[in-house]
Amino acid sequence: MTTHKRRLRLSTVVDHAILIAGSLLMIVPVLMLVQMTSMPDLINMKTGPSLSIGDQWVPNFEKAMFQADGFSGINTGTRMLMNSFILGIGFAFGKIFVGMLAAYAIVYFRMRYASLAFWIIFTTLLLPLEVRILPSYEVVQRLGMLNTYQGLIIPLIASATATFFFRQYFRSIPEELVEAARIDGAGPVRFFFDILIPLSRTMIAAMFIIMFVYGWNQYLWPTMVTTEEGMFTLVRGIKQITQMLEGNQIPEYGRANMLALIAILPPVMIVIFFQSWFVKGLTESDK
Amino acid sequence: MSHVTLTALRKVYANGFEAVKPASYAITPGEFVVLVGPSGCGKSTMLRMIAGLEDISDGTLEIAGRVVNTLDPADRDIAMVFQNYALYPHMTVRKNIGYGLQNRKIPKDVIAAKVAEASALLNLDDYLDRKPSQLSGGQRQRVAMGRAIVRDPALFLFDEPLSNLDAKLRNQMRIEIKALQRRLGVTSIYVTHDQVEAMTMADRIIVMNAGRIEQIGTPAEIYHTPATTFVASFMGAPPMNLLDGQIAGGAARVGDHAVMTDAPAAPGPVTVGIRPEDIVADPNGPLTLDIAIVEELGAHRLLHGTLAGQQLSVHVGKDSPATTGPFRAALKPGAVSLFDAGTGERL
Repeated sequence: MTTHKRRLRLSTVVDHAILIAGSLLMIVPVLMLVQMTSMPDLINMKTGPSLSIGDQWVPNFEKAMFQADGFSGINTGTRMLMNSFILGIGFAFGKIFVGMLAAYAIVYFRMRYASLAFWIIFTTLLLPLEVRILPSYEVVQRLGMLNTYQGLIIPLIASATATFFFRQYFRSIPEELVEAARIDGAGPVRFFFDILIPLSRTMIAAMFIIMFVYGWNQYLWPTMVTTEEGMFTLVRGIKQITQMLEGNQIPEYGRANMLALIAILPPVMIVIFFQSWFVKGLTESDK
Repeated sequence: MSHVTLTALRKVYANGFEAVKPASYAITPGEFVVLVGPSGCGKSTMLRMIAGLEDISDGTLEIAGRVVNTLDPADRDIAMVFQNYALYPHMTVRKNIGYGLQNRKIPKDVIAAKVAEASALLNLDDYLDRKPSQLSGGQRQRVAMGRAIVRDPALFLFDEPLSNLDAKLRNQMRIEIKALQRRLGVTSIYVTHDQVEAMTMADRIIVMNAGRIEQIGTPAEIYHTPATTFVASFMGAPPMNLLDGQIAGGAARVGDHAVMTDAPAAPGPVTVGIRPEDIVADPNGPLTLDIAIVEELGAHRLLHGTLAGQQLSVHVGKDSPATTGPFRAALKPGAVSLFDAGTGERL
């Protein structure tokens, strides 16, 4: 007699154990963050993270968003949030724009040494900002761009990654489409705007996700070029608050943690929002 | 008066490969010319030179009385239909058709009228607001045609437009394209590797091989008096039988069989060409074939066998008896073509 019982296989158990452990590793710190933003700072100081939920969300949120530090009183959470958005969006669009133009030139124009140019661009992957931070700072400073949004964004937007992705993508667009456009009287500029950009929209969305998050999380460069409090971004502003933890007053755990939560949110939203759009674009269009 | 004139048009690639050997011909207004040949014969390169997508290495190209050698494709007054249709995937059918006009700064109402006219002609009215991905292969093909038609060009170019369609649709589109071309009266050059398309659609066929024009002529000329053994074997399905023969005493012989009594050629070896349908069953005929395989095709039969030890095929009607083994046959008058055994040129 045979019975068909669902047997628990060892491999399934192990797979799930690994996945659950991994998920916990990522979720628990966020939950701790959420929990701590609900408690008064004194309790946090005394007991640390716990399982109880307090009632301090609204006051902590208000402090995080509207309370300013320093002398000028303008680096409130809203201000820093705005600066972060300007950096993230400017950074993402700048990279996409520069990368697309570079890839367009490399793929569609018969230039001498086009592939050499491409490989030179590609090797800049070996020279991230951290390597060239002193000369970059010097250039920005000489151009008088310290404490400006341009100074914050422009030195970061030359991108080998974006150029590379767009190059690969453009090469996959059928040659006939280019030829049809030529016969239809579309010049290089028209082709770029009428054909290439609409065709690349899924690619642009994908790059935007990656680059926005990358730009949002920039820490070193904003710390270098912004000394005025009105220019601080969230990521660097949190640091400003946590510095006070070393003082002899009660540290503002609630406020700092709330700011951290706020700083996490936009990248998460961007990923969620663009991903549905991205999948839709991928399934609907064919080249 | 000619509409398109090629004078010693030639294409040499940077690596020295001569894709198109100097080619000269003239196309009269309204003519439907088909460029046919095996892949790599240079037919597409020639078309692309005419379109302006490929630089012309040598020679001159005239379209509608203008030398257009160095003009951009957009300025040559041509329209082209591509093998994979090359529709803009992000644009609706309406925008696809109108895009070329829009780039020429033609007023919106004129574009709308022309698009409407083209879509009515091509039965695309119900699809104007769809994207190409929502259309079938045949519909996409028609959109590509529409894009060419609205421009009202001096010359249509077709680059194997039917090869992505299934066989049934291909036959249907073949007739549609031909009818459309007749109706619009636009001079057309059509590239294909399919000899059936060439035969059925062309006013004149240009057969190419290895970058060289083998023959230019009407489908009937190409079929009945092929200029070279290449043309003889490329055009027609099954192809012309090509047999090694001899001229002796004024007669052409294949083995012991005299196939032609008054051969207009000097004694020596020749290649004898006979179309499969020019061999007819005849109990008293002079030829005895040995049939090995009978292919039943319904309306007719194909017999494959040998004559004097050389492979050949015979095409007979469905009422003609067909069995394997010996087969007595005669040739229709004028059935035999003779080719130089060395060069393959028609004698």
